Amino acid sequence: MFSNRYIFIYSSIMVTVVAIALTLVAVSLKPTQEANVRIEKMQNILKAINITATPKEAQTLYKKYIVKSYTLKADMTEAPSIDAFSIDLAAETKKANPADRLYPLYIAVLDNGDTSYIFPMRGKGLWGPIWGYVALKNDFNTIYGVMFDHKGETPGLGAEINTDKFQQQFFGKTIFDENGNYTAVKTIKGGAGSSNPHGVDAISGGTITSNGLSAMLEDGFKAYLPFLQKKIKQVKTENIDGGTQI
Amino acid sequence: MKEPLFSAKNLKLLTGPLNLNNPITVQVLGICSALAVTVQLKPAIVMALSVTVVTGFSNLIISSIRNTIPPRIRIIVQLVVIASLVIIVDQLLKAYVYDVSKKLSVFVGLIITNCIVMGRLEAFAMAEKPWRSFLDGVGNGAGYGLILIAVGFFRELLGSGKLLGLQIIPHFLYEMGYKDNGLMILPPMALITIGIIIWIQRSANRELIDKS
Repeated sequence: MFSNRYIFIYSSIMVTVVAIALTLVAVSLKPTQEANVRIEKMQNILKAINITATPKEAQTLYKKYIVKSYTLKADMTEAPSIDAFSIDLAAETKKANPADRLYPLYIAVLDNGDTSYIFPMRGKGLWGPIWGYVALKNDFNTIYGVMFDHKGETPGLGAEINTDKFQQQFFGKTIFDENGNYTAVKTIKGGAGSSNPHGVDAISGGTITSNGLSAMLEDGFKAYLPFLQKKIKQVKTENIDGGTQI
Repeated sequence: MKEPLFSAKNLKLLTGPLNLNNPITVQVLGICSALAVTVQLKPAIVMALSVTVVTGFSNLIISSIRNTIPPRIRIIVQLVVIASLVIIVDQLLKAYVYDVSKKLSVFVGLIITNCIVMGRLEAFAMAEKPWRSFLDGVGNGAGYGLILIAVGFFRELLGSGKLLGLQIIPHFLYEMGYKDNGLMILPPMALITIGIIIWIQRSANRELIDKS
C-alpha cells in the first residue's frame, strides 16, 4: 500500500521532471519552428506573383523578387519604423479600434521588369479564417496573381480556394470599373463568364467560403482605397505628361 | 535462462495487432483519427509513425516504473506520460515536417485521447516487463498505422488520382472522361473503406467471425 505522503512526493517529482523535459524540447525547437512560419509566409507572398518556391529556395527567391515592403497606418500614411514582414494580420484585424490597424504592403519586381504590389488580406470562411495575398499590376487596378489559403474549410468544397484552378480565374480581373468606381472582385454563384471583369465563378457547394472570400477581397482593398486612388492619379498624370512631351 | 529478445512469444506481440488483434478493424478503436487524417497518404504515414512512437515509448516508460506507481493515481501518471510524449512528437513535427503538421492539425494533440494508447497501458504495460511492453506498443501502433496507410492509399488514389502528391492516374484517362471520385475525400468514405477492409479481413480469417 502506498501512503498519501508517497503519492504527493511521487506526483510532485513526476510533474517537475516532465515540466523540465518539455521546456527543454520547446525551447530548443523554437527557432526551427519560427523559421518554418517565416518561410511559409515568404512562399505565400511569392505565390501571389505566381512564383512557386520550395521551402529551401523561398528565402533566396524572396530576396530576389520582393524589393521593398511598407507598413501603412489606417490613414495610409507610412509607418517607417515597423517592419511590414513582422506584422501579424490576424492580430491586426482583432484590434478594437480600426484606426490602430497596420497594413503591410510588399513591392515586387517581376522578371519582365514590371513592378507589382502585393496586398495581404484576411477574412472569414465557413469553419475558420481564410487569408490571402493579392498582387496588382502597376496600374493599381488589374490583378496579376493571387494566393488564398484557409485553416479548415471543407475538403473538395470550400477548401478549393487554395487550388491553382480557382486562383487562376482571378488573373487579369480589375478592381475598378471604367469610370474609376471601386468594384472589387466577387465570386458569383452560377458562374461569372469570362467577359465579366469583376467576377469569378464561385465554388459550387462552397457558398459560404466563396462569399467569405468576396467579402475579404472587398474589405481588403477598401482599406487600401485612399492609397490606390492616389497612386492611380499619379499613374494617369504621368501618362499625360509623357504624351505632351512627345 | 534468459529469453531471447525476439522469441516466438515476443514476436507475436508485434505481429498479433497487425491482423487478428488489430486495434482498428478488430477492436474498433482509434476510428476518429483514422477518418480524419487519411485523405492523403503522407499525413496518414506521419500519423501512423507518430502513434507508433507514442504507444511504444509510453508502454516502455510506464512498464519500467509500473511497480512505483501508486494505483490510486495510475491513470493520471499514464496520462502525464502520454501527454508529454505527444507534445514532444507535435513539437518535432512542427519543427521538421511543418507542412504535414499543419495538415494533421489537432489530430496529433488528440493522440492523447486515442483509446489505443491508454488501453495498451492499462491492459498490458501495467503488468508486463518493459521490453515486452515496448513490443506490444510498437505492434499496436503499427497495426493502427497499417490500416491508416491502407485507407490513405485508396482515398488519395481514387479521390485525387495521386499518391504522396505525385500524379498516378495518367492524363489520357482524364481526357477519355475519367473523373476523380469526390466522395473519397470526404470522411464518410473513410468509414466505408474501413468497413470494406474489415469485411475482407473477416472473410479471410474465419476465427474472427462471431459464432452466433
